Amino acid sequence: MSADHTPSKETTDPADTSRTESGGGTELIRFDKVTKRFGTNTVLDSLDFTVSSGKHVTLIGPSGSGKTTILRLLMTLLKPDEGTIKVGGTYLTHEEKGGKLVPAGEKHIREVRKNIGMVFQQFNLFPNMKVLRNITEAPVHVLGMEKDAAEERARDLLELVGLTAHLDKYPNQLSGGQQQRVAIARALAMRPQVLLLDEVTSALDPELVAGVLDVLRDIAHTTDITMLCVTHEMNFARDISDDVLMFDAGRVIESGAPEKIFSEPEHERTREFLSAVL
Amino acid sequence: MNNWSWSYVGEIMPEILKGLWITVQATIYGSLVSFALGLVWALALRARSRWVTWPVSIFVEFIRNTPLLVQLFFLFFVLPGWGLAFAPLTTGVIGLGLHYSTYTSEVYRAGIDGVPPGQWEAATALSLPRRRTWAAVILPQAFRRVVPALGNYVIAMFKDTPLLAGITVADMLFQANSISATTFDYLEPITVVGILFVVISYPTSLLLRALERRLVR
Repeated sequence: MSADHTPSKETTDPADTSRTESGGGTELIRFDKVTKRFGTNTVLDSLDFTVSSGKHVTLIGPSGSGKTTILRLLMTLLKPDEGTIKVGGTYLTHEEKGGKLVPAGEKHIREVRKNIGMVFQQFNLFPNMKVLRNITEAPVHVLGMEKDAAEERARDLLELVGLTAHLDKYPNQLSGGQQQRVAIARALAMRPQVLLLDEVTSALDPELVAGVLDVLRDIAHTTDITMLCVTHEMNFARDISDDVLMFDAGRVIESGAPEKIFSEPEHERTREFLSAVL
Repeated sequence: MNNWSWSYVGEIMPEILKGLWITVQATIYGSLVSFALGLVWALALRARSRWVTWPVSIFVEFIRNTPLLVQLFFLFFVLPGWGLAFAPLTTGVIGLGLHYSTYTSEVYRAGIDGVPPGQWEAATALSLPRRRTWAAVILPQAFRRVVPALGNYVIAMFKDTPLLAGITVADMLFQANSISATTFDYLEPITVVGILFVVISYPTSLLLRALERRLVR
């Protein structure tokens, strides 16, 4: 494993023997020398990192440090300029053909992507669909679920996020916090292995933040879903994370268990950043 | 200068109203053609292949930049020479629909562009197939945005229908003109036609504005 931060990750969590190089089965996400540029601006610089199955990993760091870019690359909303990404051992944006690695076709990407769900800062619910259909749309049309089964699952998920009473409403009839909880339910309806959370409370009024975070805490503690989370809510990060990765200028400069990162950060940049946000 | 005669108006009214019915039909069918073709152009112009976008783009620009009356004459007088002949009204509907489709395609384009990028991203994140993304997410939201603008083109088309008189479609103007040609009295027929246009256009535009308020939410 080439990740420069990985050793610290393992020392902070000695109980986790599953995270081995040869094990493979539990390594869910792997970034291998991923570089992403926007024009002349290199947002990610030959980034390596891995996330094990079931872990909750929080990405922190100053804005522009590439955290959101990582999530967007994983969601295939962006394509890496260099390097490869693997999800569950399969290349995400590449395919192996005749022993060579070539850019993947739409079908391959779609297949791998089904394992990944994302919740956006701006919710991005479909405003033309009622809450229930927002949640059932993809299970029915992507997974091929029966409508009844999909609706039953949607009702369960709405119960989980505490919105059963609102299933017949349009998104614009809900508060931001409620919309975001619907968005969480919508992502979960696809039964992804990985849930990407991109600053999911940043667009919310302060009084609505807690409700959304409670739902996510609940999911983090009661499911084995892998979470990759970009947030400015440090208390939330401390609560749910197994690992915290500190980003600066497109690189992981420090990582470890939240207790360590938040209490005794090693890196000067981490200290600066934390003192600014905490 | 002749004086206004209400009894003359009463006499000519049945013929004018017959023409109005033709005018309305031309507008309705022409609108439907323009709505459908405009969407085809708008989607084709977004195709990934230049072999699709270039010919469509050239065709659309050509139609948009030539006068409707010339196009109507071409359809009505030139095409039959090549074995493509339609009834006058059908020709008119095709002409109006084709001409206005080059404008409605712009309306659709704006409507589609107006759908926030986050909607595409959410559809991608859910792995919705491309067709489904268009049909269930993008177009329904785009339509909501385009209805008022499409409505304005319907009114514009309605007011362009007198051009069809030039290809012997018996619309309002054609009727008024035929009456006047026999009575040599142009005042009432032409005035009545003008008034009927206002009486229909203005309330329709008010209706559209109300619809716009309802749809934009």
